[in-house]
Amino acid sequence: MKKLRVVIAKPGLDGHDRGAKVIARALRDAGMEVIYTGLRQTPEQIVSAALQEDADVIGLSILSGAHNHIAPRLMELMKEKSLDDVLVVIGGIIPDVDIPKLKAIGVKGVFLPGTPMQEIIDFINVNARERSVR
Amino acid sequence: MTTVAEPASKALPERAESFTTISGRRIERVYAPDDVAGLDYSRDVADPGRFPYVRGIHETGYRGKLWTMRQFAGFGTPEETNGRYKTLLGAGGTGLSVAFDLPTLMGRDPDHVLSLGEVGKCGVNVTSLADMETLFDGIALGDITTSMTINSPAAMIFAMYLVVAEKQGADWKKLSGTIQNDILKEFIAQKEYIFPPRPSMRIITDIFGFCSREAPKWNTISVSGYHIREAGSTALQELAFTLRDGVEYVQWGVDAGLDVDDFVPRISFFFNAHSDFFEEIAKYRAARSIWAHVMRDRFGAKSDRSWKLRFHSQTAGVSLTAQQPYNNVVRTALQALSAVLGGTNSLHTNSLDEALALPTAEAATLALRTQQIIAHESGVANVVDPLGGSYFVESLTKDMEDGAFAYFDTIDKMGGMVAAIERGFPQKEIAEASYRFQQAVEQKEKTIVGVNAYVQEDEPPIEILYIDERASEKQLAKLERLKKTRKTDQVHRTLDRLRSAARASENLMPPILDAVRAYATIGEMCDALREVWGEYEEVPVI
Repeated sequence: MKKLRVVIAKPGLDGHDRGAKVIARALRDAGMEVIYTGLRQTPEQIVSAALQEDADVIGLSILSGAHNHIAPRLMELMKEKSLDDVLVVIGGIIPDVDIPKLKAIGVKGVFLPGTPMQEIIDFINVNARERSVR
Repeated sequence: MTTVAEPASKALPERAESFTTISGRRIERVYAPDDVAGLDYSRDVADPGRFPYVRGIHETGYRGKLWTMRQFAGFGTPEETNGRYKTLLGAGGTGLSVAFDLPTLMGRDPDHVLSLGEVGKCGVNVTSLADMETLFDGIALGDITTSMTINSPAAMIFAMYLVVAEKQGADWKKLSGTIQNDILKEFIAQKEYIFPPRPSMRIITDIFGFCSREAPKWNTISVSGYHIREAGSTALQELAFTLRDGVEYVQWGVDAGLDVDDFVPRISFFFNAHSDFFEEIAKYRAARSIWAHVMRDRFGAKSDRSWKLRFHSQTAGVSLTAQQPYNNVVRTALQALSAVLGGTNSLHTNSLDEALALPTAEAATLALRTQQIIAHESGVANVVDPLGGSYFVESLTKDMEDGAFAYFDTIDKMGGMVAAIERGFPQKEIAEASYRFQQAVEQKEKTIVGVNAYVQEDEPPIEILYIDERASEKQLAKLERLKKTRKTDQVHRTLDRLRSAARASENLMPPILDAVRAYATIGEMCDALREVWGEYEEVPVI
């Protein structure tokens, strides 16, 4: 079976990257191919990385509260590039009231501080399957 | 290395094969006189107020003056935060601590593409002198002390503060407060850098030089381990990298021709108060001893003001959980107690809702009450360094000190901290420690209540502070108005002068002050320097 390809990205101006790096490494140890974009990526840069890397999954780490701007922009760009079938998950500090809004625009998983890594790995394995066997 | 005999039989089994601190350091079953046999009390520990200050820098500890309870605050527009500050000061506070938003911290105006969604979210937005005037409107800067958490654009924000003070008629020579201004830990951990390391260090030595002449009571830097720890380091790494950063700043100051005793007394520190109670206490005690020795022996400082390490501490944001958030009150109380027992000079306690959002006013009040209960009800502030002489604490303190000096040797061999950062050394050490800890949590070797044990389904949600987009709209409108009303030619002239000063070697503070007075924005000033020095980009280490 082909390895899942995951782009982990840190959009916005925030530099707190402990979460992004820990999850990147945990996904790699779980057998996925992980591409970490580094800091301060615009939605345009993230989509272009996903295209270039033929990603099955995009994982965003956002702690600053900018998710309501970044996620809609990213989803819109993904539609334009016909990447609608790429699984999008977000980890970080996300107020409860925003979670339904994110899900409504197509973000499949939202993970808050303290989520076990295994839960995220399992979620990706279950939800990213379809695309990887295309 | 203990005089206490092993249990005679295995009839008394222990909970685990071995015990470690949260940082993974092995802890013995019991500590005894042998563990501190090598310590000479008057040489290595000494009474409070005596070199090397293991037991504190003040003879009277908190019997003289309690620690400063300084709560960090800022959100939305300068108008909103000004209102919060007036409330805080009205409630008897004498100091402020400004939290800036990410565009301000990164030297970007609200209309920059990367500021999208970030304006006013993590702190207050300050784009130009006009915002700083609003932020401190009706607050006499000559009468309060202000701490400002600002790093890459510290010179610009400090210049704005100085100009507001000047307009209020306050004397710079009497102004007191702190700018964080610690760029090394940004490269190592928090990643809010703009310029490459070497020009960044030059701005800092320029601030040292400027302040020693113009604002001698201002604390020019708060060398910070807090963010190193939040990025996942161990307690020892936090201690070692922070103090080695301090050494680097002093070395660069000395190399720039400054006298140690002229600027070192204005250097302060900022540590994390994490969850492993005794390890944290040992860390603070070791920090004072290391600094005293290094300043006296390595730099030949003569003044005891240079030897005494003063520090602020903040409880560990990273330890807070979104699950069962009321548990965070208890975590914070224990962490705060460790900082107090370690002799912190000032303290910020986090709010229970900070894994979810910026704190509500109620949560922030409860956090402050936690400190007040420790100060006034627990009795721990009535005796200086109550844990001094504990076999365990003294032995752990010594270990921390030795461990930090071993890291110093490694970093010195690399050519100093700037060189070590350029090689990614501290970054790699932290990434490794951070992943190790996460693995230990995943495998339940370390228990986090409510996360990997005692989990509760169907938790009721708690009320949180929700910051909407109005701050962004208001700041964008203000910026547009500012650009129409200020004298454009004066802005261009002062920015040109800033560029040429950056190319040469003159002190950058005077041209920055001129640009600030002309209402140049933080984005324009930082862009001028970006043109000369370029921007730093790290190679991410995972």
